Parts: sequence; C-alpha cells; structure tokens
Amino acid sequence: MAKQITVNGQSYFIDLPDDVPLLWVLRDEVGLTGTKFGCGVAACGSCTVHIGGMAVRSCQVALADVSGPVTTIEGLGAPDTLSTLQAVWAELQVAQCGYCQSGQIMQAAELLALNATPSDADIDDAMQGNLCRCGTYPRIRAAIHEAARRMGEGV
Amino acid sequence: MASIGKIARRTFLVGTAAIAGGVVFGVYKLNQDPPNPLKPGEGEWPLNAFVVITTDGVTVICPKSEFGQGVHSTWAALVAEELDVDWQQIRVVHSPAALAYYNAGLFGMALPGLDYRRGPVAEGIAAFMGKAAKLLDLDVTGGSSSIRDGYTRLRIAGATARETLKLALSRETGTPVSQMTTEGGHVVLGDGTRVSYATIAPLAADVDPPRVGLRDPSTWRYLGRDMPRLDMVAKVTGTAEFGIDVRLEGMKYATVHMSPRRGKMVGFDKSKAQSMPGVERIIDLGDGFAVVASNTWLAFKAAEAVEPEWGPAPYPADTASLWAKVAEGFDAEPHVVARDEGNADRTQDGTEVIAEYRAPYLAHTTMEPMNATALFKDGKLTVWAGVQTMAITRDNCAAALGIAAEDVTVIVPFLGGGFGRRATPDYVVQAARIAKEMAGTPIKLTWTREEDVARDHFRPAAMARMRGVVRDGKAVLYDAHVASASITLDAMEASGGGAPMKDKELVGGMHDQPYAIPNFRVAAYRTFTGVPTASWRSVGASYGGFFFDTFIDEMAHAAGADPLAFRLDLIRPEHEPSAKLLETVAEMSGWGSALPQGTAQGVAFTYSFGTPVAQVIQVSQRGSGIGIDKVWIACDPGVALDPRNIEAQMFGGCLYGLSAAVMGEITFADGRAEQSNFWDYDALRMHNAPAFEVRILQNAIGLSGVGEPGTPPAAPALGNALFALTGTRARELPLIKTFDLIL
Repeated sequence: MAKQITVNGQSYFIDLPDDVPLLWVLRDEVGLTGTKFGCGVAACGSCTVHIGGMAVRSCQVALADVSGPVTTIEGLGAPDTLSTLQAVWAELQVAQCGYCQSGQIMQAAELLALNATPSDADIDDAMQGNLCRCGTYPRIRAAIHEAARRMGEGV
Repeated sequence: MASIGKIARRTFLVGTAAIAGGVVFGVYKLNQDPPNPLKPGEGEWPLNAFVVITTDGVTVICPKSEFGQGVHSTWAALVAEELDVDWQQIRVVHSPAALAYYNAGLFGMALPGLDYRRGPVAEGIAAFMGKAAKLLDLDVTGGSSSIRDGYTRLRIAGATARETLKLALSRETGTPVSQMTTEGGHVVLGDGTRVSYATIAPLAADVDPPRVGLRDPSTWRYLGRDMPRLDMVAKVTGTAEFGIDVRLEGMKYATVHMSPRRGKMVGFDKSKAQSMPGVERIIDLGDGFAVVASNTWLAFKAAEAVEPEWGPAPYPADTASLWAKVAEGFDAEPHVVARDEGNADRTQDGTEVIAEYRAPYLAHTTMEPMNATALFKDGKLTVWAGVQTMAITRDNCAAALGIAAEDVTVIVPFLGGGFGRRATPDYVVQAARIAKEMAGTPIKLTWTREEDVARDHFRPAAMARMRGVVRDGKAVLYDAHVASASITLDAMEASGGGAPMKDKELVGGMHDQPYAIPNFRVAAYRTFTGVPTASWRSVGASYGGFFFDTFIDEMAHAAGADPLAFRLDLIRPEHEPSAKLLETVAEMSGWGSALPQGTAQGVAFTYSFGTPVAQVIQVSQRGSGIGIDKVWIACDPGVALDPRNIEAQMFGGCLYGLSAAVMGEITFADGRAEQSNFWDYDALRMHNAPAFEVRILQNAIGLSGVGEPGTPPAAPALGNALFALTGTRARELPLIKTFDLIL
C-alpha cells in the first residue's frame, strides 16, 4: 500500500508494502543514507531516528505504522548548520569509524530533550541500546555532558 | 570539471599496467619511484602521487582505508606540515589501486630478530625491506603500519611539492628560490607578493622535482598537535559516504545466503521466494544464492523464503571436536621456535608453574555489515566497497569474473569498521558475480547481520601450554608453546600460493616481549582446522597478549612478588621505554595504595606492532555483579603525531579487547557458528564500559602505529584484576564463563 510520510519536513509518497521497515524506506527509497543498518533486530541502535520527537529503532517500525513526522540525522543539522549537539560531538572528536554515530546522536538528542541535565546513570540508561564497536563511549558521555551544559546556558 | 575521485578511477589502468609489464623487477626498481598514477582533470595539478593542487586548495591522495583510526587526517597533516597549506584547504581522497601506493610500513616490520631491540641501523634495514612491498603491490591497510609507511614518505611528498612550486615560479619570474617562502597555500616573494599554488601549479608540470630535506620536528605546526579530523563533520551529520551508502542510477538491491557450513549448496527451492514483492532475480552461486530485488529489505525477506540444502562443513562440526583439532597441533614439531634463549629444557631449581590457556574463535562484527556495490558493463567491472586491500580485491574479482585485472576498478568509500575483517574481500567478489549476471545494472549487495556473523573469517582459536620457574622472586624460565592457525599462510595456500616462510605472528604478543629471562622459549605450532580465519585487531597478539601476560602474573604470584614490580624488574634491563610505561601506569592508577573493600587492580603489558602498552584495570564487586571501573593506559609510539587521536585509538583498542575478553566467543554446532547477531554476540556498551585515562610517552626509538597495540593488554589486565579481586585465575576466555561480570 502506498503511504505519505514526512521526513525532515518534506513529504514523500512511498509505494512499498506496508511491512517494509522505515529504515529501508529512508535508505533505499527516500535516499537518506545517514540512518544506518546495523543489526535489523533493534539490538544496536544504528538506525535510531525520531518519530514525533521520540527516538525509535527505524528497523522495527513498519511503513504502515509511521505515525508522525520523522526526523533523521540529516534533519538535526547539516555540515554548515550544525545543531549544538553535533557541534559538540565534532569538537570533542567523538566519532571514529562513524557508522553508529547517527544513531548515537539521535538517541542523545532525545535524552537531552527529556532531561536537560542527565547524570552518568541517566546516560547509561538512555545510551546502552546504542552499540559502538570502536569504543567511543567515553567521548559520547563527555559530549552529552558538555552539550547539556551549553544548551542550559543557551549557547 | 572532473573530480579527482573520478580521475582516480579512470587512471587505475596505469598502476596495473606497470605490474603486468614488469613481472621481473630488477633490484634497481627498489629505489625507483613507481609512476604517478594520477591523471588530472581541469583545475587539478598532481605534483606527485600524493599531492594534487586544485583551484581551491590541495587534495591529498591516501591509499589507506579510513575505518576510524583517523589515518586520512594524519596522512594529510604529514603533507601539510611541509607543504604549508591551511587545514581548511585540504581534502583527502582515497587513492586508486596502483603500484605507487605500496605499503612499505607493513613489510618493514617483517624483520628477523626482536623488534623491540631494533636500533637506528635496524630502522634502516626496515625501510629498505619495506620497499620490497612495492614489488608485491601490497597495499593492505593493517598491521598498525599506515603511519610507519607514510611518516617520511608523505613529508617528502609535501616538501617536494613545495619546492617544485617554488622552482616553477622562479623559472617564470626570475626570482631566486632563496628569496621565496611559503605560507597558507601561497609562495611569498621577498617584497611580500603572494602567489597562490593554484596559479603556479599549471607551470610546474615539467619541473624536475628537486631533492629536499625535511623540517626539524621542533618547528612542526600540525604534527604533534591535536588536529580536528577532516572526516568529523561528515560523520556527525550523516553525510559521510560509507560503502553501504553508495547510490547509483538504476541500482538494484541484493543479499546473499551462503552456506553457513562453508561448504557447497546441494540444492535450493526458490519457488516461494520468486513471486514475493520486489524480487527480480534469484541466482545460484554454488555455495549459496543471491536475491536481487527493488529494496534491500524485500531482498532480505525473499532470501528467508528460499529453502536451501547445505552440504557438510569442511571442518569438525562442533566446538569440542575443533578444540581437539587445535590440541593436535602440539603433536607435530613446532612450526617455528620464535625465541630460544638460554636452555629451556634444562631443569631449574625453584617453584614451577604450569598452566594451559585457551582463547576462542571470535567474530569481528564491524558496525557496518559487509556490503559492496558493483557494476559490470562492457566487459569491465567497477566496485565500490569498504576494503582493507585494493589490490587483492581487484585480483580476486578479476579471477572470479574471468576478466583482466586492468578491467577492474576498485573505489573505496569510508569503512564502518574494519578490524581485519575487510582484508578478506569475499563480499566484493559476490557483488561482482551478481553484477555480471545482471550486466549493465548497478547492484548493491548488503549482508544481513546474521550473514555477517555466520560468514565471518574468524580470529582463530588458540591454545597455550606454559611452563615457568621462579627463584628468589625472579623468573628463571619461561617456556611457552602455542597452537593456532597461521592466518597468512592459510590465506596464501588457499589462493594457490604459498611460501617456504615461517609465520611468527602465530605467537604475536609473546616472543617479542622485552623480558630479561635467562631461559626463554616461545614455540609456535600450526593448526589446520579448516575454519576460515582472518586477522582480528592485533592478530596473534589478540590471544598471545592474554597468554603471555597472564602467565607472567601467575609467576609473579608464585614468586610472592608484587605483579607490577615483578614485571618492572624483568623489563627494565631489556627495554627502558617499556619500564617507564609501567612506572607511569603505577603512578596514574595509584598502584599499591589501599583500595576500598571489594575493589582490586590488575596490570598487564604487551609490546605489539612496535608499540609497548601498559594498562592497569580496576574492578569492583557491585550489587549486580563485577564491574570494570577504570582503565589507565600508558603507551609509547616513539613519536606522537596526533595525541588526541592516539588517545582514541588506545581506549578504543582496549574496549575492543575488553568486549571480547568479557563475552566474545564463537562456538560451533552442526558445522555452523552458533551466534548470529548482537543479542548473542554482544560487546561492551555505555553502562558496562569503564572510564579511561591515557598517557602517551615518546621515549621509544622510531615511530610505530597505534591502531592495534591498545587491544592485547586488555584481556590479561582484566583477568589479572579479577584474580586480585577473587583469587580465581581464569585461563580461558571469555571471562564471563568464570566470573559474574555485569553484562
């Protein structure tokens, strides 16, 4: 069945079976490849996007179930219009291979939207679904704290 | 205007022709630079194989795959340091496969003798040996060799380009070179006039590159500093192009299911799958099948609906039989005795320690599953794939399709992790075969994570039989016998080659340890299980580091000595820079001071890939199990070109080792790996990863890599800390089998 979805403020008409996961709609149909495929079973978080502001694993959301506007990493900020979170991420040189980082950033963005001053324990809880094989966790943690500080100061 | 990326593809021919036309190289070839394979487009002026001046800056050509180690940025900094260009003016492009991009660093390490004892003379020999890589067209990104390869070469490339530009301008204007300086991509004349490189570059084509000297490190502005990585902004905005992100006009999406038993496919029923939505083709690949569809997920679904019948595995079908096969390795004479000092057979007075260790098969599980995009058109193949070797990828694809190597173009985007997995380009060959069946249509092949685990080429299982004697608080005998696969010889023999060489990497992280022990033997026994294996971050040292250092810890305990002091006493006479590292981690971690109840520390040290690394790990008993609190790391790469990047490699390498040490294990049943995805082959995550503190010293001679050396000490440091905490010695990995670690 065909369906209309909104991604990063743009409307798309998608003609694919209902059960195709949003991940593969974004990557193969819409052509937004910033959202990554890592496991297909919600075990790694690489495919994390926001639907209606909530972080979801796009590999587990069927096209038919996309219930609100979708925001992907490309919608969070582009190279010349970085969001605070992305700017801090770059400044602290968080990424290594970079493959999981879209998912990490989208997950962290939700955390900061819900909790302006997350503790280490809050970060552990929110981020443990996002796997990184390069081991960037120490800098992810530092980046979330630093972004929280700047956003709190309105920087 | 043609981009240099396109140019790199087009000019691929040049490099391969050079090989085809030069089967027998004279010795003189060793000292001759291969031809520059870059053919410029409008607005691009290549001054050598690594430096291209463009209208808006400089493009640095990097033959090293970027998979997170930051090599593109340090490669660029090496050029920029001599060329005098601003960091914002630099772009890095992956090179084509060509002879000019041989890896001299990798071969330079394959010297006889012990690496840590090398001095300036041995460094010279290593540099000469490295040139032999040119004859073999060896372009592997691995072995922590990239910067060892590029350190001098790239600075020379930058300096030569700079002086060539000055000469060209001098010829044009009559101003002597001595009255010119360079700055920010400009040549500056005595009167202050600034002439941009882009203005001069068109005049430089026929200037003979002069011989140049290199700047003194005390004047460096880019090297030795924390440079912002050139790929960072792309990687935080989802705009970095990984192999899996390649999109071509009219592209179709494919997946494969290959035999999980690594044997043949006896037959398959595709009737159900054929009529599923989006399915275009189902192709018999002999040892598996491919589904081509209009969307990757539709291909995944259809592949699940195919009913294949898999033939038997060409190796023992379960874990127990595989271990028996590994142990059989000890029945033969050693493949190589990699170190033999004193007399390990003579009976020694003292306390004897005997132990047997095991390390399991491991998967790589890069975050980006294996994938490749291929287009076969007019008898020529182009592949876009994250690989760690362009030359082998090209040659394997050519052989599989029955076409000439010069008809294959390999383009390398970013790699979502490598860890050694992407040095085996089986997935690219599959994409090429599918593309040939669908000639004219670009095909993107994506493996499911399940395929990625099932069809990995695993870190080989290894077993060690250790015997040691301590007397008066010191080690007097260290006798190690290790059975495992030779990854290199297995690969050479599988491709029909082979060489009468001995593979000391089988005991990587063991024979080359700077310990002054009077009777010291390390013997390697080659195993032949038939399980496909590959390098896994730090190769032999990934298990050798665990075997070697854990046994040192056992000997320290038997000697009644402090584990860190015991190591320090043995290391100091052999390698002072390594001794300093132990003193440094002792200071950083407060080693020996009182710790809270239920908390303990362990230390480990491994010298690998030329870089010694010491780590102290602190663990504590918590309500939910044992947690890893913190890791202190001290390393010495000789010269620290980008400290912040080295720090990332150190804690990243350690975490990769810790994940495997805690929970990594591939087991077999019915001829298949029993693990399939992150739910049963997991890694450390935010909540159970430790905090880190890294210190970088620069006392070692020469310069060495940092991608792998952080990994080997991780497992023994953790095991030794757990011993200190619990009194239980784990001689088998993963440690979750012995300890209640927090998962």
